[in-house]
Formats: sequence, C-alpha cells, structure tokens
Amino acid sequence: MPADRMPLLDVRNLCVSVPANGGMIRLVENVSFCVDEAEIVGLVGESGSGKSVTAMALMGLIDSPGVQVRGSARFRGQELVGMAPRALRALRGRDIAMIFQDPMTAFTPVYTIGWQIDEQIRAHERLSRRAARARTVQLLAEMGVPDPARTAQRYPHQLSGGLRQRAMIAMALSCNPTLLIADEPTTALDVTVQAQILELLRGLRHSHGSSVLLITHDMGVVAQTCARTLVLYSGRMAESGPTSTLFARPAHPYTAALLDSIPPLDGPRPPRLPAIAGLPPTPRERPAGCAFGPRCAHVHATCLPAPPALASIGPGQQAACVLPAEGTPLPPRATAQATRP
Amino acid sequence: MNPSTPVLELRDVRKTYRLPRGQKLKAVDGISLRVMPGEMLGLVGESGCGKSTLGRCMLRLDDVSSGQVLFEGRDITTLSERKLRPLRPGMQMVFQNSTAALNPCRRIGDLLAEPLRVHPAPDGRRRTSATITARLHELMALVGLPASALARYPHAFSGGQRQRINIARALALSPRLVVADEPVSALDVSVQAQIVNLFADLRARLGLTYVFVAHDLAVVRQISTRVAVMYLGAIVECGETDAVLHAPAHPYTAALTAAVPRPVVGAAPAMLLRGDVPSPVNRPAGCRFHTRCPQAQARCGVEEPLLRAIRPGHEAACHYPLGGEHRKV
Amino acid sequence: MIPALLRRLGQTLLVLFGVSVLVFAVFFATPGADPTARIAGRNASPQIMEKVRREYGFDRALPVQYATMMKKLFITRDLASYADRGELVVPQIEQAAPVTACLVCGAAFIWVGASIIMGTLAAAFRDTWVDRTFMLAGLVGISIPVFWLGQVTNLITQSRYHDTWLFSWVPGLGYVPFSEDPGGWFRALVIPWVVLAVMFIGIYSRVLRADLVALAGEDFMRTARAKGLSPTRVMLRHGLRTALVTFVSLFGLDFAQLVGGGALLTEVVFGLPGVGRLTYRALTNLDLPVIMATVMYSAIFVVVANAVVDMVYLLLDPRVRDAR
Repeated sequence: MPADRMPLLDVRNLCVSVPANGGMIRLVENVSFCVDEAEIVGLVGESGSGKSVTAMALMGLIDSPGVQVRGSARFRGQELVGMAPRALRALRGRDIAMIFQDPMTAFTPVYTIGWQIDEQIRAHERLSRRAARARTVQLLAEMGVPDPARTAQRYPHQLSGGLRQRAMIAMALSCNPTLLIADEPTTALDVTVQAQILELLRGLRHSHGSSVLLITHDMGVVAQTCARTLVLYSGRMAESGPTSTLFARPAHPYTAALLDSIPPLDGPRPPRLPAIAGLPPTPRERPAGCAFGPRCAHVHATCLPAPPALASIGPGQQAACVLPAEGTPLPPRATAQATRP
Repeated sequence: MNPSTPVLELRDVRKTYRLPRGQKLKAVDGISLRVMPGEMLGLVGESGCGKSTLGRCMLRLDDVSSGQVLFEGRDITTLSERKLRPLRPGMQMVFQNSTAALNPCRRIGDLLAEPLRVHPAPDGRRRTSATITARLHELMALVGLPASALARYPHAFSGGQRQRINIARALALSPRLVVADEPVSALDVSVQAQIVNLFADLRARLGLTYVFVAHDLAVVRQISTRVAVMYLGAIVECGETDAVLHAPAHPYTAALTAAVPRPVVGAAPAMLLRGDVPSPVNRPAGCRFHTRCPQAQARCGVEEPLLRAIRPGHEAACHYPLGGEHRKV
Repeated sequence: MIPALLRRLGQTLLVLFGVSVLVFAVFFATPGADPTARIAGRNASPQIMEKVRREYGFDRALPVQYATMMKKLFITRDLASYADRGELVVPQIEQAAPVTACLVCGAAFIWVGASIIMGTLAAAFRDTWVDRTFMLAGLVGISIPVFWLGQVTNLITQSRYHDTWLFSWVPGLGYVPFSEDPGGWFRALVIPWVVLAVMFIGIYSRVLRADLVALAGEDFMRTARAKGLSPTRVMLRHGLRTALVTFVSLFGLDFAQLVGGGALLTEVVFGLPGVGRLTYRALTNLDLPVIMATVMYSAIFVVVANAVVDMVYLLLDPRVRDAR
C-alpha cells in the first residue's frame, strides 16, 4: 500500500470479544485489511471464522451485552471503533451500506419493498415522499427489477429470492454509499440467480463507484468477483493477497487445503476429495499456537507456542505461517492451471 | 435379487398439491426413472423444481398423486403403512438438516438403537440387546465416529458429526437404497469433503444404491454415476454424470453448469440466464424452460418436448438439443 | 379480499350453529336427566312441569326441541326463567350486556395502553433496572387474584379511607348508566377498570417484551439498524409493528371471553349488574334457561371476536392476506 494514498477502509488489529464463563472470548483476533476506492475485497472463511462478526463490528451492529471491540477501523480517515452512536448511525446506510444473506428475512414483512427503501432515503436526506419514491423506482430499475413501480408496492414475501436480493441491493445503494458490505449475498440463491447477482455486484464499481467488501464461504464466488482476498480461520487472519496469487500460490496450508477440498466441476474427477481432517476449533478452545495446527499436514514444533505472525510473502501477499520464513514454502497448486476455455 | 431389476423404478409419477383458490401446484409432473443396483443417481435442480418432493415420493414418505413407485420390482405405490413397514429397512433417507433430524433429548445410542429394536432381524427374530450393542459399535466405526459418541447427546456434536450420525441411523438396518436430501449443503467446504468421501467409501464397502438430491453440481459430480436434471417438476436431462455436465444437450443444463462459479480466477460465466424460475403453480405452456431459454423458438412455446434419447444412455427433453459432439461449456 | 371475508362469515355462521347445538345438547339432551325438571326449577308443581313440557316440546323429537329452544331464544325471545318467577331471560341479558361492555372496554383500553408502554420500554432497556422493575410488577399483577384485589380496593376506598380527601369521590358499589350521568358513570367504573386490567397488563407486557426481544434477533431488525435508523424508530416502526400481529390475536380472545361473561368476579365484587353477575346469580339459583342463554351469548361473542381478529390479521399482516 503506497503511503500517499489513503485507503477507503483501513482496518488494523481489530479484535472483538464477548464475555463468557467469567472471561472474555475473542471471536475476532487482530484482523487487519484495507479496501481501496472502487475495489472488491473478499473476506472468506468457514462458519465461525469471524467473517460476519468482523463486518458487524465495523458497522457497529453487535449489540450483545458486554461486547468489546478493540483496534482501529478508519473509514476515510474517520475512526469507526468507539465512534459515538449518533455519528455512526449517520454513516450507516449513507456512506457504508450492508446487504445480508437471506433476502427473505432481511426485509420487515409488514411493509412494502418501496416503503422500506423510501425509509432509508428519508432517514438520511431531506426529501419529500414523492421524490424518495421516484428515486426508489429508479434504483429498482437500475438493479434490473422488471416493472419497478409496481414491484415497489409489493410486500417482501410476494417477490422471488432473486428479486428480493436485487431490491436489497437497491436499498443499500439508495444513498450512494462508498462502501457496500455484502454478507453472503448469494448463499440463499440458486446458481443461475447467483450469477446474475454477482454480475450486478461486479458492475457496481463502474456504475456507482462503490467498493464492496464481499463476505462469503464460496471460493468460486471469490475467484469470480474479488480483486483481493482475505482468508480467515477461527477468528484470525490466515492469509491475504491478490486473488489470482492466492489461488495460484497459496502460502498458508489452510488456503491450499480449502481450495483442494472443493470438488472440481471440470477436469478429471478425483476418486476421493483431499478433505481436511477434523474441525475448526471454536473460539473457546482455540489452541495457543497456530489455530490450524491440529489439522495441518505441515505442523511442527515452531507452530505450537504462539500464533505465527502475519508475514509478507510477495507483492501484496501475506500469510500467518512459519513455512515461508523457514524456507519451505508450499508448492504452487497443480490444479490451478485447469482454467476453463 | 436379479441384478437387472431396478432397485427403484418410477413410472409417470405425479405429485400435485392443492392450494387455496383452487390452484394446483404440480411439484412432480410426470417423472419416469430407473435406479439400478449399485448406481448413484444425482438429482439436481434449483429450489422449487420438485427434487426434494420426488425424493420423498421415492420412499413413500409422501404419497404420490398418480403413477407407480416400484421398490425392487414390487409396486409400493398404494401399500398401506402397515404393509410398507417390513420394506422400510430396505430403503432409508438422510436429511439435510442434521440438527432437526435428531431428537435433542436422547442419547445417540438410543437414537440409533430404536430402528434396531422396532424392526426384527432379517431372520424374523427380535434382536437381543447384545447384538444391538455390537451393531451400534459397528455403525460408529463405519461412519468414522468413536464408540464413546453413543453415550452423548446430539448437541455435543458439530454439524459434520451430526450428519455422520444421521448416516449411521440410515444404515442401521442395512438398507439397499439410501435417498439423501441435500446431505452436505449445510456443511462447510472442508467438512463437506469428508462427508462426500464417506458416501463414496460406504458405497464401496456396502454396495449401496444411492439417490442424491442436491443443488450443488460439483458435489453431485463427485458422488454420482448418473445425473438427472430437474426443472419445474420434470426431468429435462438424464445420463452419465460427465456426459451430462460436460456435454449437456439441454440448454438449461448448459446454463446451470455455466453459472456455477469455479474457484479459478479470471473465468467469468459464459452464459447468463435472465430472470427467475417461474412459479410451479402456473408453469409456462409448451417447453417448461422456454421463457428463459436463450435458444427458444416458436415451436417451444407451443409443443412440450418429451424426454428422448440423444445418445445411448443420454436423454434430454428438448426440441433443439445442443451439439452432438463432446463439447465443453 | 371480499371473497375471503365472505368465506370467513360463512365459517362463522357454521361455527355458531355448531355451538348452539352443542349448548342445547349439554343442557337438554343429556341422557338420564329430565330437562323439564331442570327448567321448571326446584320443587316445581306438577302443573308447571306439564306446562313446561308442552311449551318446550320435551315430549317431541330432539330436532324439534332444538328448534323450539332457538325460536324462544332468538325469535320470540320469550324464554322465561321459572326459578325467577317467570321473568323473561333475553331482556335480562340485553340489560346486562352494556354494563359488561363498558367495564371490559374501559379495562381493555387501560391494559392495552399500559402493556404496550411497559413491554416496549422493558424490551428497549433490556436487562436494566427498567426491564426488571416492569417485569416484576407484571408478575405481581398476574399473581394477584382479581377478587382479592377488588375486595381490598373496596375495603380501602369504600370504608377504611373513604372519608379522606383521596377517596371521598368514590361512589358506592353499583353502576350508573352513561346516559344518566357521564361523570358518575366514570367514577363508578374507574376502579373496576383498573382492577380488571391489572392481571392483563401483567400478561400482555410480558408477552410483548418477550416478542420484541425475540424479534430483536431477527434479520430485518438488523437491516433496519444497518439502514441508519434511530433506535426508537427501529423499535417502534419495525419491532412493535411486527409484534402487534401476535398481540392482536391474544387480545381478541381475551376481550371476547371477558365481554361474554368472563369478568364475572369483577362484576360480583363491585356489584355491577353485568352478564357475569347474571350468570353468577343464575348458577346459585340453578336457573337453567338463564345459564343456557348466557353461555350461548358468551359463545357468540367468542366466535364473532375470533372472526374479527382474523379480519384485523388480514389488515396487519400482508402474508396472511395472500395466503387466503
């Protein structure tokens, strides 16, 4: 990251802890990353990896009692961690917007789609009802919703999953946010609809100049959408880097194993999938050393005492693994060459 | 058992639900299918295509509205629940939601022993508790869980482990046919691979016949020998797994495989389908796919294409099937 | 929308018919007991027995008996209570109904208002002293029996402290019709209102709080907060509005059973001549025609209120609207 350019979002050593059994449990530990203007960054991890918690913490949306958010998250130079609720609220929905996994449950069931989008516009801008609705209809049209004026008058349950997610994105974009946080935006959708929504998200950079922080568990979605990727494992950063590098030469054994365990749709079919044995640890029983250690094929004595620090591997690539420093980096992935025509 | 007798055969099976205002939802709309011994059939399609309903109809967990369901050559379409009971051990189901399928108040051992206590052994006698215990240990070893798991409650296990327990329960009575409804879709990728491997191992060891109901094409490709693609209640294409997925004859199959995001950088999807799946309540006339089909012609809106052989062992329901040669999408 | 309403109306009529048959069967068609003796009351003379038997057609087939009874109840309205010297039953109920209606409506007004305020505040200040105080108060309200609370307030306001400045305005027990003296009507009813409402405030505020707390974990509440709305707006426009759907269904049933005579204890304690007290007196006298008529009246209210709740549901929840 050149020093003269300030990233849109700069997260440094973000920690989120919740109280449990008299102590504090760290759900997210020292997560750092940047999002540049008009960039799509992927935040990947399995369930419990802390990827959604990270996003919720950035938005100030975690309200479980006793939760502690530490570290720093600067949005255009403004510190989000510890920001006054009122100031954060003004930012939320206007400068940073969020879309969620299940568009069925993410809309309030008793109001029309249009009403809910109008509400967000009018919460941040002094606009008449009529003007807000006009913008709502225009946004729905931009998101490819057929017959937007009538769709605006419909209730969430009356729309299909794909249309609901388009409406959700329209709502998120209603105040022209510079950053859109999308939490598993296509997980609840069918593949053909997922492809449409991903296309839409990719286009936002050009049409709205928005950056997107895309949270997902699907490596396929990341590969097709994100310029840079951040891999989380058990609340810690495993690896980050440009998506193409990360997929071709993963530096962390977890990233490599995760990519290998995806059944291939093209090319030869392996008789068995190279699955990762065991389970990710829960935050409570996370080991003192590398969290992936117990499941790692390359684990050895240096991994055990403390979590390996994030080290620079190559241009823009970082990994929390001792292997590269010890001079035994992982080989490039053999299957990475299997591109599609 | 004659190896040429299908384990499962469906003949023009239909399942219609009545909705308010006199509307009808044709969840399964005339499906004929044979599953041969040792075969692993993948049933794929998007949500609402009727694949789960069909899976339940196969085992008579749902009654069919018309058509016939044959299990090992025997018509079970109209058998009473009592007459069905002796056949139940031969056909079992694994559900998607591993948590909901396990009673949270009972130990794993009790949950797994129940079918063994209820159903008599193949020789017609009741199983003794010693044979049941021995069988439970055998099952745990089979699905890769420690025997100590038997004494614990479902909440003590992770999603992947619970799915192993569900598989153990389905296998308890040594079924010949297992229908698995989205068995891995709720699991994380790393755990999903373990369960996919388990299914493959079990087939090799027990000679099971599977039907997998799933929406994830990559997973289906990994575990199936044959694939049937469903759209709005009907099979639009059916054949050997790699033939269907790599040289699809039906435009819907082609679009479906193209839409799956590959974990490969720089490969943008080649073809995008517009819009959503129409409602199965009033499905389009003619070809059910013509409203979204990029290749649709006038004939497709009028005449419904029937499932016909494109190549030996490869059927598609399309008036204008895609190229005959081995193509890549 | 209109066909849905018509269908609901048809269902309601059918249920009412079923209820009337059931009530009739329980009272008059139970085997082994002579309905004549029940209607005529205790120690009736043979002449009266004979008169009753002919009047009600008890020597004829059951459907005829049923028809006669319904005719006497709804058309000629000359069902008479022999235990009470031939007083007509239907006018009694017609006199009592407005008293009960006034009592219950006033109480409902108080309990809905108070429980919405308490429940919402408790949910908004979850796990703070506000929450705990309100919920404890609610629990106390649920635990206090209404007749005991009524008697204690009577003791305080009618005798013990009646002469102090605080309670000197309280009139004696009984009812003052609104048409005669609106002020007196209010003074006579305000204490019964509060007493009747106390238990319901307890139940409703706790139910509403639990609903709102459960809703707070819903995705759409998170969306509302992510939109940058104020906490008040999130709570009221999104949370409370959605929680009202269950609130209304609960309310409809409680309200109906109270209007149908469920406020019996309150009416007896405060000497209000409502349907509940009428039932109470009929029960003590074993006055069968009155008991049957009040049961019928109460059943009608519950069934009609159910229909009304369903229709309000249609207004409140668009999902229900489409499922019809």
